[in-house]
Amino acid sequence: MSPLLDITSLDVDFGGEAAVRDVNLTLDRGEVLGLVGESGSGKSVTALSVLGLLPRNATARGSIRLDGTELLGAGERALTRIRGDRAAMVFQDPLSAFTPVHRIGDQIAEAVRAHRDIGREQARTRAVELLDLVGIPEPALRAKAFPHEFSGGMRQRAMIAMAMAGEPDLILADEPTTALDVTIQAQILDVLRTAQRETGAAVLLVSHDLGVIAGTADRVAVMRDGRIVEQGTAAEVFHRPREPYTRQLLAAVPRIDAPREPRPPTGGTVLKVRGLTRTFPVLKGTVVKRRTGTVYAVDGVDLDVRRGETLALVGESGSGKSTTLFELLELAAPEGGTVELFGQRLGSLTPAEAKALRRRVQIVFQDPMASLDPRMPVGDIIAEPLRTQGADRAAVARRVPELLTQVGLDPAHADRFPHQFSGGQRQRVGIARALSVAPELLVLDEPVSALDVSVQAGVLDLLRRLKEELGLAYLFVSHDLSVVRNIADRVSVVYLGRTVEAGPVDEVFARPRHPYTQALLSAVPLPDPERERERQRSRILLAGDPPSPTRRYDGCRFRTRCPLYVQLTVDEQKRCAHDVPGFEQDGAACHFPRARTVL
Amino acid sequence: MPSYLVKRLGYHAVLLLAAVCLSYLLASLALDPRSYYEGRQPPLSPAAVDHHLTALGLDDHQPLRERFLHWADRALLHGDLGRTIDGTSVDAEFGRRIGVSLRLLLAGTVLGTVAGVLAGAWTAVRQYRFSDRAVTVISFALLSTPVFLLAILLKTGAIWFNQTTGTDLIQFTGEKSPGVDGGFWTVLGDRAVHLLLPTLSVALFALAGYSRYQRSSMLDVLGSDYLRTARAKGLGRRAVLLRHGLRTALIPMSTYFSYGFLALFTGATFTETIFGWHGMGEWFVNSIGKNDVNSVVAVNIFAAVTVLFSGFLADLLHAALDPRIRKTS
Amino acid sequence: MTTATRPAPAAAPTGRSALVLRRFLRNGSALTGAVVLVLLFLLAFLGPYLTPWSYSHIDYGALRSAPGPDHWWGTNRIGQDVFAQTVRGLQKSLIIGLLVAVLATGLASLVGACAGYFGGWTDRLLMFCVDLLLVFPSFLVIAIVSPRLRSGGWFAFVALLTVFAWMITARVVRSMTLSLKEREFVRAARYMGVGPFRIIWRHVLPNVASFLVIDATIQVGGAVMSETALSYFGFGVQPPDVSLGTLIASGTGAAITYPWMFFFAAGLLVVFVLAVNLVGDGLRDALDPTAEGAAR
Repeated sequence: MSPLLDITSLDVDFGGEAAVRDVNLTLDRGEVLGLVGESGSGKSVTALSVLGLLPRNATARGSIRLDGTELLGAGERALTRIRGDRAAMVFQDPLSAFTPVHRIGDQIAEAVRAHRDIGREQARTRAVELLDLVGIPEPALRAKAFPHEFSGGMRQRAMIAMAMAGEPDLILADEPTTALDVTIQAQILDVLRTAQRETGAAVLLVSHDLGVIAGTADRVAVMRDGRIVEQGTAAEVFHRPREPYTRQLLAAVPRIDAPREPRPPTGGTVLKVRGLTRTFPVLKGTVVKRRTGTVYAVDGVDLDVRRGETLALVGESGSGKSTTLFELLELAAPEGGTVELFGQRLGSLTPAEAKALRRRVQIVFQDPMASLDPRMPVGDIIAEPLRTQGADRAAVARRVPELLTQVGLDPAHADRFPHQFSGGQRQRVGIARALSVAPELLVLDEPVSALDVSVQAGVLDLLRRLKEELGLAYLFVSHDLSVVRNIADRVSVVYLGRTVEAGPVDEVFARPRHPYTQALLSAVPLPDPERERERQRSRILLAGDPPSPTRRYDGCRFRTRCPLYVQLTVDEQKRCAHDVPGFEQDGAACHFPRARTVL
Repeated sequence: MPSYLVKRLGYHAVLLLAAVCLSYLLASLALDPRSYYEGRQPPLSPAAVDHHLTALGLDDHQPLRERFLHWADRALLHGDLGRTIDGTSVDAEFGRRIGVSLRLLLAGTVLGTVAGVLAGAWTAVRQYRFSDRAVTVISFALLSTPVFLLAILLKTGAIWFNQTTGTDLIQFTGEKSPGVDGGFWTVLGDRAVHLLLPTLSVALFALAGYSRYQRSSMLDVLGSDYLRTARAKGLGRRAVLLRHGLRTALIPMSTYFSYGFLALFTGATFTETIFGWHGMGEWFVNSIGKNDVNSVVAVNIFAAVTVLFSGFLADLLHAALDPRIRKTS
Repeated sequence: MTTATRPAPAAAPTGRSALVLRRFLRNGSALTGAVVLVLLFLLAFLGPYLTPWSYSHIDYGALRSAPGPDHWWGTNRIGQDVFAQTVRGLQKSLIIGLLVAVLATGLASLVGACAGYFGGWTDRLLMFCVDLLLVFPSFLVIAIVSPRLRSGGWFAFVALLTVFAWMITARVVRSMTLSLKEREFVRAARYMGVGPFRIIWRHVLPNVASFLVIDATIQVGGAVMSETALSYFGFGVQPPDVSLGTLIASGTGAAITYPWMFFFAAGLLVVFVLAVNLVGDGLRDALDPTAEGAAR
């Protein structure tokens, strides 16, 4: 039998520059092919060229046959007949992928009507059925919602529903879970597998995440610089990679089941946070703003960081991690709770004391491109904290090359601009800037999550080395538990603005006590096909999305999604509904903590 | 009506009040009605001048504060804007001229906006083709021609046309020919002929501006992910471009409508004066020449209300076009 | 502080400005616009030295004479040389346009950046002023006030035009500042302890600079249009001085019978504004790294 999709010697150029070179892929009916690679490897371009959706300045050569029909060079009319009907696409960012002005249900109904000669009403009914199929609660009601009223996970479900509308033979999924949190990612991958089962479609799954690929793909193709470097069954590629690049890639992935070295002992407390709260007003109106509600962004966070220690602050997007950091760094009195930095309580500092404290605490941001002023040469960027602290020119001139060398950059590049560096190098500039005033506590806000895995590994190594050399303490914010396991000594988990569990990394990862921590750990995909599939069977899937932070919750705020709650007796449930579970240092904020091994 | 619109209206009312009061003070300070009477032939006695000024509430022997309070009491509380410097009622004059101005502005704006939006969207789809370049050149040329010059050129062109053909086909003075009588159709035809050039000059100006804005807004949308999604689900080109593309690209235009109206209003002042329409703009130019404070303030009120109202309409339009600002769940 | 001696950041990005220049030069219409602008400036400032006639001199021997070797662009109805007058008017219009654009853009960036950065009551107050000035029909106010400022000369007129030309730019700068303020590099500077005005000067303004450059360019065109319109109606430049607007006004009636009295001034006005718009558009493409047309 001929393959469903047959790509032979595909070349794609963008305005004369090669993006894809000599790609050969085949995909059989019902098969899942994982296409994996780092950013710029040409994997998304390959997927887009199947349906002729490349930008205007791209040219493609070679052959792409779907069930024997040549798609490359086919007219727009012929492609329109195939799109959505024979082959459908699931895009990465579901917010920008839905037209903002039309209702979700209408957009799905439109996809239904594009290839079926049925009435408006019937199409709407079908849209509601599809939404139900992908697990959207109250589908008839939600079909009337606009895209911005959906959460990221719901939008991605709707996107999959839309792809299923034409009952295609082929689903092209381009980084379908990249923008999502790990617990939501687990849900969406589950839905994607359901969709595949329901329609019997073959799936081309494009992802940079080896864990995602390992759990879903039958076969895997690895791309690098526009070429396929290795292709084979999932087991072959993950366990017996032939190419050095694949081996390198697999080695660079931080793994949640990696062995850990014993950690050196740590010193006195540098940061102590108790019951920190921060609210934001919800404003509406363009000129006359009025307050319509309150976002409880941070609502009871406790932290302890000791000298020479890395504390990881873990939580999903919207859990208040970044807000917590920004609250600390304002050096102003917190809205609620207490913050002690180096024994000094925030809120009672004189400007001189605050300035002195600024030297001791520095920050490294998530997106190195955004955190470096694009109009300043990196030498000036690195020198800015020094100058603010009043260093003279001689000191600056001496220190800048020193710092560049320290983070592994060429001191001769001090007069270059941020855009002339790669992502990893830019993050090193960000680290050098933070180090310039010899701080004692470094606050790192998702410092590696915008980087490719191979680059990520280098930056993590640098951070580890600097910590040892300079005796720094890190407050390391991350949503990626594998990275946390790789670098942190202790971990603190927040859910909906509140600390739910804290403790040494070894302890928490081996024996998590809070059901949320258990779900988080269980949702992390492993880059190992057999173990990942085994984990899928026992995976704790959380229901729905995190509830809105615009209201306060009585009792335990996790109970609406808690897998443990439903197993409790009525009396026990009452306790969860009324009493806020207390949190002690190195404990779990749960009324009924049960340690459970999920790794 | 959503309460944020109510609040918005309130804010506009405050702005309007401030603008009106300031314009009265400004006009009283800058204009000198006494000189108008003193320049009369035959000369008036000082007592007669004072008498006239007092009747108008513009007696400059009175402190400005009192004159203002008196005017504010009458104008803001009783809706009586006083008398023009020639002694007629400002309110009556206002009522007569407002229709003339609105007729000119509305027809031109609507025509120009619709044509501009369509031209902009069309050129965006055909980016860098010949038609795009042609429309771009034309709109740039139009944008570079001040409205008053455009009006003069149109008028000059019309004179030349009439002279060459030896007819009176195109009329360019006033809104109707004196003494045209007869059936409904004759009058209507006469009015339409007069409306042609002024409307065209307002419309061309609007067209040129909006087509540029719509083009760039449409270009942004054409590169968007959701247009790619619409194509990926197998929609035809027309549905993709109209239902998903143009529909979304209209949203940012609502902001330009409110700013654009400002420029159009200013443009209409010139247009009226040049084509001899007895509307607000012409009234304004004349009353400055006559140092007629009350009339100047009346025109300022009209302008401010028009601008605010168009801003409010733009808000409504924005809310109607964009579900994201309509409500948040 | 010693740090102030460092060169300003705006001057530093040599690599970037070379790129912008290259893109700009590749844009045919923008380059044409730039060349035309240079030629117009040369004409305006060297023109008076080329002709023996001064703009106010009256040649009683040549009333309404057509363009010829004696009077290159002819004379007007009282025998003034049209070339000398047009060149003088062009000069005045150019100076007024440039000054208004520079002043208005400066004012707009200051107000916009402060309103956006400080927020709160500063923002509310400044934006109320912006709205108020927007509601005031600027043309009307200038028309009322400018005859009173005749003693202040044309500079008072420039100030008046400026006062009513900055508001929309200020709004744009404000909204750009609002988003810049949340950008991580501004946060980074704040957490390092850099003061607010220093952040505005070193981080915010350089990052809205490309918008400001484009806007100032467009403003030149707008200011010249306002100036000529007001002068046309007699509210702007006052005789015996001339600007393109007053020349157009006096030539209008003769547009068909004695076209040289009208079309030289009108033509130069259109050509100038067109050139400015083309340059502005070219700059926009050259400065915007995402502009599709500029990448090629």
